[in-house]
This record gives sequence, C-alpha cells and structure tokens, in this order.
Amino acid sequence: MTDMLASSVPAEPARRRLDLPWYVGVSIFWVGVMLVVAIFSNWLAPHSFTALDLKYRLVAPFQSFAHPLGTDELGRDVLSRLIISIRVSLLIAFGATLISAVLGTTLGFLAAHFRGVVEQIVLVLADFQAAMPFLILALSVLAFFGNSLPLLVGLMGLYGWERYARIARGLAIAASAQGYATAVTQLGAKPARVYLRHILPNIASTLIVSMTLVFPEVILLESGLSFLGLGVQPPMTSLGNMVGYGREYITRAPWIMLTPSLVIVMTTLAISLLGDWLRDKLDPTIR
Amino acid sequence: MTAPLLSLDNVTRTYMSRKGLFGTPVGVQAVAGVSLEVRAGETLGIVGESGSGKSTMGRMALGLEAPDTGRVALGGALMPALGTADWRALRKRAQMVFQDPLGALDRRVPVARQIAEPLEIHGIGSPTEREDRVRQALELTGLSEDHGRRFPHELSGGQRQRVVIARALITDPELLVCDEPVSALDVSIQAQVVNLLIDLQAERGLGMIFISHDLRVVRQISQRVAVMYLGHIVEEGTAEEVLRDPQHPYTQALVSAAPTPGAQRRQRVILTGEPPNPAARPTGCAFHPRCPVAQDRCRWETPALSQIGPGRSAACHLITDTPSAGMAAE
Repeated sequence: MTDMLASSVPAEPARRRLDLPWYVGVSIFWVGVMLVVAIFSNWLAPHSFTALDLKYRLVAPFQSFAHPLGTDELGRDVLSRLIISIRVSLLIAFGATLISAVLGTTLGFLAAHFRGVVEQIVLVLADFQAAMPFLILALSVLAFFGNSLPLLVGLMGLYGWERYARIARGLAIAASAQGYATAVTQLGAKPARVYLRHILPNIASTLIVSMTLVFPEVILLESGLSFLGLGVQPPMTSLGNMVGYGREYITRAPWIMLTPSLVIVMTTLAISLLGDWLRDKLDPTIR
Repeated sequence: MTAPLLSLDNVTRTYMSRKGLFGTPVGVQAVAGVSLEVRAGETLGIVGESGSGKSTMGRMALGLEAPDTGRVALGGALMPALGTADWRALRKRAQMVFQDPLGALDRRVPVARQIAEPLEIHGIGSPTEREDRVRQALELTGLSEDHGRRFPHELSGGQRQRVVIARALITDPELLVCDEPVSALDVSIQAQVVNLLIDLQAERGLGMIFISHDLRVVRQISQRVAVMYLGHIVEEGTAEEVLRDPQHPYTQALVSAAPTPGAQRRQRVILTGEPPNPAARPTGCAFHPRCPVAQDRCRWETPALSQIGPGRSAACHLITDTPSAGMAAE
C-alpha cells in the first residue's frame, strides 16, 4: 500500500528561473546605485559639500563642467551636496526602519507570549504612539535634547513600531492558537525557537512589506523635519534639508530643490515596488 | 500485571467563559472527574460527541494542559509543571498526532527538516545520525526521500499525516495521543493511516490514546474503549464488548447510529433534544434529558462509574441497580 503511494507521486518540478519584472530590475538597480553612492560618497563627491564657489552662484545644470548639476545660492556644488545627502538620509531611514521593526516585533512577540498584563501594557503603548502625532513628539524631543544624528535616528526609530507590534502580536497569537507553533511547542521547543525559527519566518513577508511602507515614510518624515529646520542641521545636509533650503529659490533656481526631490521620489518608489515583489517571492506557497 | 504507562486519576478541567461584555464568567467543565489508565502496547479509544471533553482529556494526558484537580502520571512519575525544563524534556516520551496535518506543519520548511526537529530540540544524535533517522522514519511511514524535500502544501492529506506521524515517532516515544487523526482524510486514506498506526504500535509497543467520533475506526484500532459524554466517562470496556453489546443508553444510541455493512437492520435509537452544552450541564445524570429510558432519580442523582463485569464499567442507575434486567431500549 505504501509503496504504491510513494511511486505514484511525480518528481518535484525543477525550480523556475528567477524572472524579474522590468520595474523590479529598475528598482533593484536604483537602490543599488543609492547604496553605492551612500557608501562611497566621500570618494564620489567631486567637491566638498560645504565648499563655496562664489564666482559660480546659481549656475544651472549642464552649464559648467565643474558643476554638472549646477550650484546653489552660495555656489556650493549641488551634485556633491546630493551625494552626501543621500548618505545621511539613507542612514537615518535604514537605521530608523530597522530599529522600529526590531522594537515593534519584539514587543509584539512578548505581548503574544505572556498575554495578560504585558500584553495590555504593550497595547496601551501602541495606542498611545498611534494617537500621538509623531511630528509633535519629534519636535518636543528635539527641542529639549538638542540635535544630533544618533538622537535623530533613535527618535525616528520610534516611528511606526506600533504597526509591527500589532502585526507581530496578532499573527503570533493566531499561529499559537491553531497550528504549527502549538505543534512545535508540543515537541518540546523553547519559546525562543518557536518564535524565531518558526513564527518569525512565517510572518516575515508581512513584516517586510510593512517595512517597505515605513521606509519611505521615514525618508519623508526626515525631509519634513529638516524642512522645518529641526532635522539635520546645516552645515550638514540631507535630502529634506536641501529641499527645505532650496525652496526660496524655486522660481529662479529650481534645480536646487528638484534634484533632491527626484531622488526622494525615486528611492521611495523603488523600495515600495521591491517590497511588493519580495512579499510574493518570500512565500513558498505561491511559487 | 505491569504498572500502567499513563494514568489519569480523577482529573477535572474547567474553562472560564464570559457571555457578552459585562456578563459574569461561567465555568464550563470540559472534563469532570475522569480516571483512565493506558498500558504499554495498548490502544485506548475515546469516543463521544463534539464538546464531550475528548480532546481536552487528550491534551491533559500529554501534559499540554494542566488539570485543575487530579493527577496525571506518565511512567509512574507525576507530570511536571507546564513549560518547565523537565516538562520540555518529557516531550520526547509523549507525542501527539493532530487532526489537521497541514496546520500542524510549518509550511515554509521542507518536511524532512520538520521530522528532524524533535531530534534537534532534544539534542539527540549528530547531524548524520539525524539524517539516518529521518530516512528511517520516512521509510517507516511509507514516504520516499523525495517526499522529504517537499513543502507540506506539495503533499497530499494522507502524506502530510504520515509526516506528522513520522515526526511524532522519531524520538521513540512511549505514548502517542492521536486526536481525530483521520477525520480530515478521505475514507480510502483513512484506512491506510489507521493501518499504519496499528502496524507501528504493534512493532514498537506504544501506548496509544485514539480520540475519534468514528466508531468503525475506533473498533478497528483499539483494544479498549471509553465513551465520554459531557466530560464524564459513561462506559468503558474492551472495544469488542462495548461496541457489540453496549450497556449505557448513550453508547447504545451511538452504536445504533453507526452503519454496519452486512449486519441485519436493527432498530435505531434516535436521540432527541439538544446536543450537550457543557456550560449548562443538566442535574443528575448529564444524559437524562435525551435518554429514552430515563427515570425520576436520573434527574437528581448522578450515577457513578461502577464495575458491571470483568474489565467493564458503566455509569447508569438502570444498569447498576438491576444488572440482570438489561436495557429495555431495543
């Protein structure tokens, strides 16, 4: 009986070639370029991002060989500033997204595992975070504690954690209630094994999608704070900082503001597209 | 007589449930004072309707749930507290086969790795030894190595249940609790899985609790049967005797409702009234509102499970009072 059963099953089909939709290819390329730029910014920037060149102020793009993307009102090279800005903004966005994902998922798992009081505390904190306009929280923290890059990253890391916490808690409870998690617990696994080896990989696709939603928001939030003068402080520069200070020249020298804006739009779009594609790829049941 | 492998001594389990937003919590007694024994190499079938406490009892037998009162002992030693290191170590001696094999397997992990997982958890063997044991377990349950490389959703229902059985058996447990292991499968596959369990048990001398509402399957696999109704055992005895000559009116109704091919048509006992609701347990004998032969005292007095023959017991006033009169239900 068993032999018959074993032999009647067809062999496993060969894994299909990894075929990327064109927009995913473009997104990967763009994010890759951004990462390379961020890592090697010190070597890539043709000028120092603070160097003034007063003879060449407000030069339009493609006019001067020394300043391919033009200069701003103080004669600083827009391309160099853009390259350094990409590094600063990506550092903040990646750092903050990772912090909030780890923090939120951990709290969500703790809530699901211990239930009771721990769960209530986590949920109250999550509700508090969701109810509080983040900009106000950021403004007050930055006003009292001054401004530094680590503080800014840490503060942004509080952004969006409540979403991960809710998702992780809900999915972990569902998993423990009806299936593989109970089965593995029953086999004698410690909670760490159940949560990290089984539940986390199973809910990772949801969390990754959530991360790709939060990432653009963090970039935009940093831009917003910098625009308000509370984010990255001059002479340091970031994408949002460039947009904020460039807006005064939007009619006379739109390139100062439009180049960083374009980078923000392209990067957030690329990350969103990538996340959408990754979610499908990470799930072995829809292959 | 050897000591029983598993013994449950007067265990109860009550769940609290709340009706509505401001309702007062009501205790629902899922298992009410049940005593059972399972010996090595023996299969105890547990039958009963939904809500009769079968699954709760299976979970308590495994120690997955602590009884409110009473004692559960495996191999003579008391079940350690839930979630402790002792408790986790004990998991390799008592395993479970679930009703829904797809739900019990991690859909992102190839099944061979899931079968090996108990070995990893309990730190048994080197990686190569584990591979060997997984290969043996796959073979034992009639799966090929190719099946081991697949994901659960790439297998059929029967194959998945074989994977669950292979995982349960890889640590050489002494006790196996099967909670409705075949009710989600096709009838043809059911027979294969049941035969597999019978073979494995005979080969390894497992003690087994087989929970089901399918009397045919229980008759095929069990040596002894306990019939549960609303958290009580109402009748217990060898599978052959209980199912051929049921004494308790509830067992009679169950047996008459199950079709037997080739047997002469008996008159069916049709149960009337509400199906049992553990939250609103009737006074006296829990079965009296639906019992065709209930008497006045059944309403007030709870019958105790008492011996009515060698290795046979039942909980019914009518049987224990007049054992020779028999039941007048037919």
